[in-house]
This record gives sequence, C-alpha cells and structure tokens, in this order.
Amino acid sequence: MPKKILIPLYGREVAPRFDLAAEAVIVQVDETSRDRREKLVVLPQVSAEKLCHMILTEAIDTLVCGGIEEEYYQYLTWKRITVYDDVIGQWENALNRLLRGELQSGDIITASPEVNTDA
Amino acid sequence: MSSLHEIPGLLDKPVALEKILDEIPSGIVILDKNLRIRYMNRAISALTGYSPDEARTISCHNILRSRVCIKSCPAAQMTENTEPICKQSDLINRDRQKIPVRITLAPLREESGSLIGYMETVEDIRSIQQRGTEMQRAFGYSKMIGKSQGMDKVFRMLPLIAQNESSVLVTGETGTGKDLAAEAIHESSGRAKGPFIKINCGALPETLLESELFGHQKGAFTGAVENKPGRFRLAHNGTLYLTEIGDLPLSLQVKLLTFLDDKIVYPLGSTRGHEVNVRIIAGTHRDLEDMVRQGNFRKDLLFRLNVVRVHLPPLRERGDDIRLLMDHFLNIFTTEFGKKIKGFENDAVMLLKNYSYPGNVRELRNITEYAVNVCQAELIGLSDLPAYLVETGEQAGSQTLEPAPARSRAPGLQHSSSSISETWPETEKKMIIDALVRTGGRRSKAAAILGWARSTLWRKIKQYNIE
Repeated sequence: MPKKILIPLYGREVAPRFDLAAEAVIVQVDETSRDRREKLVVLPQVSAEKLCHMILTEAIDTLVCGGIEEEYYQYLTWKRITVYDDVIGQWENALNRLLRGELQSGDIITASPEVNTDA
Repeated sequence: MSSLHEIPGLLDKPVALEKILDEIPSGIVILDKNLRIRYMNRAISALTGYSPDEARTISCHNILRSRVCIKSCPAAQMTENTEPICKQSDLINRDRQKIPVRITLAPLREESGSLIGYMETVEDIRSIQQRGTEMQRAFGYSKMIGKSQGMDKVFRMLPLIAQNESSVLVTGETGTGKDLAAEAIHESSGRAKGPFIKINCGALPETLLESELFGHQKGAFTGAVENKPGRFRLAHNGTLYLTEIGDLPLSLQVKLLTFLDDKIVYPLGSTRGHEVNVRIIAGTHRDLEDMVRQGNFRKDLLFRLNVVRVHLPPLRERGDDIRLLMDHFLNIFTTEFGKKIKGFENDAVMLLKNYSYPGNVRELRNITEYAVNVCQAELIGLSDLPAYLVETGEQAGSQTLEPAPARSRAPGLQHSSSSISETWPETEKKMIIDALVRTGGRRSKAAAILGWARSTLWRKIKQYNIE
C-alpha cells in the first residue's frame, strides 16, 4: 500500500519539537518503496494545531518527529496516524530506517547518512 | 558516561566532580564548543528522560528540546565579554510533557580566556508558576490587598507587566505600596529566582551612589581598596528596583540612560564594560513630569523609564479598602502580639474611615499597630487610637466625626486664607469653593486640583450644601 510520510524539519534534522517546526517534508512512496516523491513545505505559521491540520488534510499515514506533547500525540494516533516520536537524527536517515521497517520511537540516529538499500 | 576528574583538596580525600554535580537539584549540562553534550547530571536526566549515556555527543537542542534552543540559541548571542545568559523557556521531555524551565548558559573559558565550552543550568519552574497563580488571591495580589476599583485595575495589570521585560515606573504617594508592587512584579516574573536588588537613590550622596550602582575598580579613588561589582551587576538576571528615582542626581541620570540604551555597565575607573541582563523598576512619589519642566529630571530618561507605568492610588481614594485594610492589619497584629481583640468600636471605625491618611497604607498600618498595643479591651475604641487622630477628630466637631484634617495640601491649590481658629470643615469648604471658582464650576477639574476623585468632591459638596 502506498504510504505518505510527514517529517517536521529543523535544517536537515528531524525537528526536535513538533510544535516549533517551521518546515516539513512530505514523502510519498509506493508499495515497494522504490518510487519516492518528496515535497518540502514551508509552514506559514509555527503551530502544533496547524501542523496537525495539515497532516489530516494531506492524508498523511505516518509522522516521524522529535518531541511532541501528549495531547497532539493522542489526537494523531486517534486519527489513525502512526507516530514515531523522540526521533533524533538527519531526516533522510530516519526515513531510510522507516522504509526498511526498522524505525522505532526514541531512535537516536547518529551515524553518517545511511544508504537506502531499498532504493 | 565516563567519569570526570576528581577534585583534590576540597575534602580530606579527592572527590569525583560527577558525584557533586549529581547531588545538585538543578539540571546541569556541560557542552563543548559545538554545543554537543559532554556531561549531564542526574537532575537533567530525570527532567528530560534521556540518560547521560544516550545524550553524550548529541546536540543540546535534540536532548533539551527547549523553545529557546530552537528559536534563539543563547550560545549564538554570546560575545567575548558576555556574562551568563538566563532565559525562561519550556521543554518537551520524553514523557511528552511540556515543562516550563529557566535556562542559564554560562561560557567556560580556559585561563587564556578562549572559549572551551558551556555550562547550562536548567531549573524546573513549575512550582514558581503555580505560586504565580496563588498570588492572585481574592481582593489582592502578592502582599497587597484591596478591592477598590483603582486597586483592582492595578492587580489586573501586575501579572501582565511581570511577563515582559519592559522597564516599569511605579508612582504613588508615600506609603501606597510602591515597594510591594515592585516586589510583586519581580516575584511573578521569569526572573523570580534571580536577585531582587533595591536601592534608594535619595539615601546616598552622589559619589557614593555612583560607586554603589555601577561599582568601581580597585584604585579608582582614595579608599577603593578592592574591586566592587555594583548593584547593577549584582542584579544580573534579576530585577533592580530604584526607589525614589526622582532624587537621582542629574549626572547619574545620564549614566542610567546610557545603561538603559546598551545594557552595559562601566564601573568607576574601568574602561571595560560588563554586559548585564537586568530589568529596571523605578519608583517615585514625585511628579516626574513637573520635575522635567523644572529641569530637575531628564526628559529622555523619563521616556525610557515610563514604558509601563503603574500608579498606586492614595488610600483616601480607595473607599472600602480602608475597612478591609483595618481588619487585615488587626488580624496581623493581634496574632503577632498574642492579643484577643475582636474588632473596632463604631466611633473608631467612623474616625478611621474618614481620616485622609497622608501617610496612606503605611500610616493606617502604624495606627492599627499602635491601637493593638494600647488596647486592653475586646474592641478598639477612640481612646486606643493615636492622640493626633482623636484631637483632630474633636476639632472636626463632636456630632460628625468626618472629615479629619488633610495633613497634606492638595497639589496645585493655593489656599492661604485659612486661619488657625477655623475648624477643618470650614477650611475644607473654603478649599472646595475656591477650587470651583477657579475652574468656573467644572467639578472634574476642581477635583483634580484638590487631589480627590470626582465622587469624593461630589460627596463633600453635598455634605457642605455648596450650591
């Protein structure tokens, strides 16, 4: 099943805080994870509510983020969005780990950029 | 996390620095030059949810996740001479809780002065914020109480003022509670854990005041045997309350103005400035606008201090607050002196309610303290009040106890016709008529001249049957 993933950004890193992210990347992948389309979104306003709204309107299935407040975490999981929070590291590495099915909440990805073996 | 160096000479045997830092209840993070975590103590580990081993070599913004790290990293603002920077912020921990914190970032330098890292102190300020809401009790704020319209306005303003960093000018007659207002602003601000330094600008001669405020360098003048930091530097990351700012000499007004512009303190005899982060609150009972007109106070300084102004109304304009304060002080002093006084007799209440209180709340407090000391019965009567009150009350006439003499003349009123033999009501009636004549019958202006509220003037016009 194709997947739509959103990662709030802080430079090249996964944003340390969901509520303070000023930009995000939306990645659309097919079932095999071979076809990958990335779209960078600059958010008009730094706000957890606005980001939640965007996640719903863009029909995102998976969120990879850093620190997120319980309230928003519960809301998004209630909306059937898979949330991987407390992720630290470069967003590409986190994405690659996710696509390999190895990403977990709380992962600290400190190694140099990981190679997407699936791509 | 690998153990840190042991400190010799502190105790009988060398003790590991790690052990000491772990016992400190505030969170401590040691960062390298690139803001990567090299060490964090037990308290910050508990606060963030990351263990020291997990956090090692990770950028501080990824572990602390504080708003200030992400929006305006304090390390980026550090210059060569910067003193520790303190910011109020919040962080989101691994339990997905948002916690308000106070972060202090101090540079760590080697002996040659070059930067080798930073020490970050993180304090959980949830309890302070909780106290902030407790401060907003019924009929008051912090240590101040009142329920009059004037004070209600002040109580609603204070918490808002506390939340920003602007300079504040607190005005009001003597005894109205300017110091309490300044303290309340500090206590409910993000600087509450920092120092609150108060200095009376009128209490010291000019030369001493300069050294007291701005500090001095060893040898700057005869008797300067060692370096003195000065109150501005002592108040770093806190609040400096300059009381009686109207008494600040003109030469120091210039220096204060310079400080307000660039936030750098130059101690006497030193060419090196110290950057300090201090919030200024100034208080005065003087009319600064009038002093500016007379050339005794700098207009530009007034504009800089007058960013936020809080005016505390005199007690005579606070209506029912007099009764509230009487009972409040009675409770305090009966508890303190262990007396079983239940209240005031009606005639004492009447006298106290109608007195003009030139010394404002402080005077009422002193009157109550005196009465509690003297009173032998269960109720405080006229005989228990200070003699000057009762004597003037008798002068005012035995049928009606009001009004007691206003001991301070209302500003702007030229009243010279009263003779010693006149009773107070006669004198007051003349003052009202005089003011009404001068303003062509306009009551608001007449009330302003007399220094009263319009309602007070209206009541007195009715009382004296002035047509």
